[in-house]
Amino acid sequence: MTERAVATGTPARAPIRWQVGRLVERRVETPSAQTLVLEVPDWPGHLPGQHVDLRLTAPDGYQAARSYSVAGPVVDGPGGPRIEVTVQRVPDGEVSPYLIDVYGAGDPVEVRGPLGGWFIWRPEETAPVQLLAGGSGIVPLMAMIRARRETGSKVPFRLLYSVRTPDDVIYADELRRRVRDDFGLDVAYVYTREAPEGWRGEPHRIGLADVNTHGWPPDLEPLTYVCGPTGFVEAVADLLVGLGHPSRRVKTERFGPTG
Amino acid sequence: MGIVSPGFQGRPRTQEPALPPGQYLTEDFPVLSAGPTPRVSLDTWEFVIAAENGTEHRWSWQELMALPQETPMVDIHCVTHWSKLGTTWQGVSLDTLLDGVDTGAHFALAHSYGGYTTNLPLDDLRGGRAWVAHTFDGAPLAPEHGGPARLLVPHLYFWKSAKWVRGIRLKTMDEPGFWETAGYHDYGDPWREQRYQGD
Repeated sequence: MTERAVATGTPARAPIRWQVGRLVERRVETPSAQTLVLEVPDWPGHLPGQHVDLRLTAPDGYQAARSYSVAGPVVDGPGGPRIEVTVQRVPDGEVSPYLIDVYGAGDPVEVRGPLGGWFIWRPEETAPVQLLAGGSGIVPLMAMIRARRETGSKVPFRLLYSVRTPDDVIYADELRRRVRDDFGLDVAYVYTREAPEGWRGEPHRIGLADVNTHGWPPDLEPLTYVCGPTGFVEAVADLLVGLGHPSRRVKTERFGPTG
Repeated sequence: MGIVSPGFQGRPRTQEPALPPGQYLTEDFPVLSAGPTPRVSLDTWEFVIAAENGTEHRWSWQELMALPQETPMVDIHCVTHWSKLGTTWQGVSLDTLLDGVDTGAHFALAHSYGGYTTNLPLDDLRGGRAWVAHTFDGAPLAPEHGGPARLLVPHLYFWKSAKWVRGIRLKTMDEPGFWETAGYHDYGDPWREQRYQGD
């Protein structure tokens, strides 16, 4: 650690400790996704796109930990700071079914964060932003959309959101509202299984035309964030590079079936 | 022991093999990358070890393939909490590659096609514990998993096993790599749960 500090001139960072959070509120987002609002008294703050580790402990001491993106800015509650995570149910998962079906109001959960210093958007950035979400990959991107409004950023944002069916859109009402109220935010959808009534076109996987139509051209030098399952991220990142976006301006985060 | 989560049982664990703390077993092979997957042609691929005195040792793809090959079967542990046991690889041991390299360096910075970097103590690349791997499960390593070739250092968290590896710079002073600069641990021993800076 000392050598690191000497070599880079940056101070060694203090350890990020586990602390106890409690569930204060739960919102149903889709049939398979819920947002958990956790009160975390010593939360140090975070940047949009960062994640937390949540750790569960069974009576015999067995533990299971998973990473979840923080879904939005810190909210001040009467008992201290609150953070939100959105949990997608993984069939046969170990942690997500517990968090959705069993974990109750007031129950403790161990929380560690904020974590991750790469897949983040800083509100002082001035480049246009394009966000490409596959399924529950919307969560860290929604954190960026929410932070943009909260900080008064005027940077133009475009979100392209791939979902199986209209029922799978997480934050659907809020996105509708923000498209109306958040000046400079565009949202477009790709449906892979079933499109809403009146939607033009057939359900399809995201392709070159979608990215080209609903993203920013490379000439504008946008910052690009891609988050979703591995297949989605691989496909979209390849399309972006093919369209001329330099790799270093395309940040990716993949959600595996991690329970 | 942490705070007991009311009603949490976890997976049945009577036959669970020993895993590092905080890890769970997966049969899949999830992917962790920071950006688009680079596509690297075997015609132009090369692997370069640069000693601290500036001397460079280069191998083309054909030259790498002509070196003695090993088939390590190892457990891998990702900082995102998954572990995968008994994975089978083929590649060239770093012992073989470092054999003719004259160095007094203590640190290594692996670098990749696409710009990724990660730092390790040079000792951790020696002693039959590290490979440049090009085959996984009997097939050429897929690009999203780091093909044509990746570093394989299974005794450390898997981000140290740089995908699309292009070379190693030997250094007298440690220099943090990509994830290490973004808050991850400089060493990354899964058995000591060294995930983040300060762990």
